Amino acid sequence: MQDRFKPETVAQVLDVISWGLSNKKPLEIQGAGTKRGIGYPLEVAATLSLSGLTGISLYEPEELVLTAAAGTPLAEIEEVLAGKNQELAFEPADFARLLGSTEANSTIGGIMAANISGPRRLKTGAARDHFLGLKAISGRAEEFKSGGRVVKNVTGYDLCKGLAGSWGTLAVLTEVTLKVLPAAEQITTLIIAGLSDAEAMSAMSMAMNSSCEVSGVAHIPANLVSRSSFSDLAKSGASATLLRLEGIAPSVEYRATQLQTLLGSLGSTKKVTGVDEIWRDVRDVHYFAENQDKAVWKISVPPAQGAIVASAIAAEIPGVEYYFDWAGGLIWAAVPAFNNASQTAIRQCLKSCGGHATLFRAPEEARSTADIFHTLEPGLMTLTKNLKDNFDPSGILNPGRMYRTL
Amino acid sequence: MTGLKMPEPDSGILKRRDEIIRALQQRVPGEGVISDVDEMRPFESDGLTAYHQVPMIVVLPSTVEEVSAVLKYCHDEGIKVVPRGAGTSLSGGALPLEDGVLLGLGKFNRVVDIDFDNRCAVVQPGVTNLAITHAVAHEGFYYAPDPSSQIACTIGGNIAENSGGVHSLKYGLTTNNVLGLEVVLITGEVIKVGGKHLDSAGFDLLGLMTGSEGLLGVITEVTVRILKRPETARAVLVGFSSSEDAGACVADVIGVGIIAGGMEMMDRLAIHAAEEFAHAGYPLEVEALLIVELDGPEAEVDHLLERVEKIAKAHNAVSVKVSTSEEERLSFWAGRKAAFPAVGRISPDYYCMDGTIPRHQLPRVLTGMREMSEHYGLRVANVFHAGDGNLHPLILYDANKSGELEKAEDFGSDILKLCVEVGGVLTGEHGVGVEKRDLMETMFNDADLDHQQRIKCAFDAKGLLNPGKVFPTLRRCVELGRMHVHGGKVPFPDIPRF
Ligand SMILES: Cc1cc2nc3c(=O)[nH]c(=O)nc-3n(C[C@H](O)[C@H](O)[C@H](O)COP(=O)(O)OP(=O)(O)OC[C@H]3O[C@@H](n4cnc5c(N)ncnc54)[C@H](O)[C@@H]3O)c2cc1C
Repeated sequence: MQDRFKPETVAQVLDVISWGLSNKKPLEIQGAGTKRGIGYPLEVAATLSLSGLTGISLYEPEELVLTAAAGTPLAEIEEVLAGKNQELAFEPADFARLLGSTEANSTIGGIMAANISGPRRLKTGAARDHFLGLKAISGRAEEFKSGGRVVKNVTGYDLCKGLAGSWGTLAVLTEVTLKVLPAAEQITTLIIAGLSDAEAMSAMSMAMNSSCEVSGVAHIPANLVSRSSFSDLAKSGASATLLRLEGIAPSVEYRATQLQTLLGSLGSTKKVTGVDEIWRDVRDVHYFAENQDKAVWKISVPPAQGAIVASAIAAEIPGVEYYFDWAGGLIWAAVPAFNNASQTAIRQCLKSCGGHATLFRAPEEARSTADIFHTLEPGLMTLTKNLKDNFDPSGILNPGRMYRTL
Repeated sequence: MTGLKMPEPDSGILKRRDEIIRALQQRVPGEGVISDVDEMRPFESDGLTAYHQVPMIVVLPSTVEEVSAVLKYCHDEGIKVVPRGAGTSLSGGALPLEDGVLLGLGKFNRVVDIDFDNRCAVVQPGVTNLAITHAVAHEGFYYAPDPSSQIACTIGGNIAENSGGVHSLKYGLTTNNVLGLEVVLITGEVIKVGGKHLDSAGFDLLGLMTGSEGLLGVITEVTVRILKRPETARAVLVGFSSSEDAGACVADVIGVGIIAGGMEMMDRLAIHAAEEFAHAGYPLEVEALLIVELDGPEAEVDHLLERVEKIAKAHNAVSVKVSTSEEERLSFWAGRKAAFPAVGRISPDYYCMDGTIPRHQLPRVLTGMREMSEHYGLRVANVFHAGDGNLHPLILYDANKSGELEKAEDFGSDILKLCVEVGGVLTGEHGVGVEKRDLMETMFNDADLDHQQRIKCAFDAKGLLNPGKVFPTLRRCVELGRMHVHGGKVPFPDIPRF
């Protein structure tokens, strides 16, 4: 039986890590475990769940700042923010359906440790860009803090960035301080129907290069639209290029008109206001939630190269399905799981333009044999390893979750 | 700080100076190695002019291969290296070392690639901040972070300091606008992090490099995000009879959900100095002046300006002036942007501080500063990035009067300690450098600083890059690597059960 620890105080978290360290017992670090399916499966003695460490300890809306214990459910934070018309602008995704997880209660610590951001990433930045301060315990069983509660801060190294996206392999977050922002009064989506991938790329690029301040730019090819939760889209049968405008009503209307003038000649456009599910589908990758035996890749590329990369992938992998977020810069692709989820082909297609691919979901077997996180150049790998050795010299925090030797 | 202690010069290295010069000349041919003391003088200090030190040797490479060869040589021989961009750092980040090589990146001044389709620019580190905007302006784009020193400072220095500007509230600091870097490590190895795509594969080394003050690696190429210029921008000047009213107005503007392009505050002394210098049309009979700039689509700007005006009036604004032309908007900013030199005219010397506070603490901090001003007998002018709580108190002194520099420095330290005490931080954008190095312990404990230094150890285990900056005591990496073993055993609590 695996030991499972669910401490309720920071002192207890420290106890567990000290115990792991002194007994050479590696720990699997979890929030609520919603993203357990991402990364190499771990073979560890015990699980350390942070989900008992909860509570918002500071929220000052007019200072745009919130501090919460790492195990605080995202839903709780979003609810409190909504009460003041604010939000986490990086739009954290909920991957429960995609990953087939029964746990739907993402914790804020898990979101930050995985640097999870949604469609608004392209305008407002990633989770890491809203990460102002932290308290954490390293694999040395030492507590430390970094950053602060103010936006402008260059005092010492930015360990918030260092830990965002480290998937619990360097330190265990116990408290996070985040920048929060006002929520938009109105959200309107312009849908252009029937564009090919290449046409969509130029439409998305024109929107991005205009002064219309689009805050979500995605393209769903025709073969996927039927899976949309927005019935108008699902029934349309044509590809959908989605352009989101947010802000105060007069501004959104004004920009929508501008965009329509700019792009109207490309295809039939339609304007819808509200309808959160359009962007929830994009953000949470609902398009690939069914059919759990397929593997799903998250591929980050220079946006203008999105369609080129996707068509190269399609030429290599029969049966691939994909859609674009981040104006073409993010490709979500579902492929058959065999043959290490075609990792060689996928990564080969990125070589010429740069970028990286992460095997986001895969059946257990592919997960244990494929290279889940993008292989790093030797120089970067050495630095990565040096960081790990400095923060977790005994390798007790999520050993092997990101890279087998880490 | 006047008794600033830098790492003990290595006499063994100093003795080998001639040999080192020859070795460096082999790696950087032509005019790239400067060893004449008079020719090295221009490099002896940066924007923190109270400190100067002629370096052992100045090297000005012009290719990545040269940078790599120089660093590899210095690494093998145990020679310290201080990177330098334009030398405008206000925290002494580029202060040379007596036994160190000063590595100037000024020759890396080429714009490599402008890619409008991917909305980014690839430039060499010696390109100035403003030159990036100039290079993309013809298509209506710009590079958002805009430090007041943008005509002079380099993008390499901006990355190293994570510089900000008056538009950071809405558009972020440097770190939020960088996509990729090429970095030469102290071993001479060249690495690339990020690129034209978003987010890093693996750990966020890009985020760690940004703001690392030249201690982790030498930046040799930068990819930044460029943005389309907002359709329009308008500013409003609001005068208040107390800074409390001005502060409350800022809180309310943000509280109702308006994120302005810029929100700057000045106190009476700064207003008068700036007006005299720049004739910006500032009201003189007020205690605090707020510049609020709104940018975006015209429909939005007009609408929000009205709301800001209403809020300002509700907070007892004594004067409200909305810019009616681009010319007028720029003149509002001309005063603010010239605030430092303007203050420089009313005092022989001034010392610029850079703490950040939670905004609601402003009245307390201003009161504290007034008391300190009396205590030290020195005047202080305040300019303030009000939207994000970043204070720039300018302490006026006269370096020719004995003891005044020391007094100004003590005054500055007291201000920064107060910033930390009220929940803020030592530096919002100018960096720690040598200036705030010895104050780091007011904000961080040993474990905090040890973990920061472990980042340093991962990049530069010999501690050769820019030593003496940022950390009050640079601990050896071997020492930091040790596990804390008590009585031969790691502390061993009982197995926890919850
Ligand atoms: C009048 C005035 C106004 C200012 N206003 C602002 C402001 O509004 N906002 C703001 O943030 N700052 C401001 N500054 C501070 C300063 O301009 C910034 O910190 C700037 O980024 C420094 O750039 P630089 O090229 O001059 O760098 P330098 O001063 O040469 O170096 C700064 C640091 O960066 C390191 N460094 C430089 N280049 C590299 C490289 N290629 N690789 C690795 N490390 C490198 C150096 O070692 C040093 O630690 C102001 C300064 C002055 C004098």
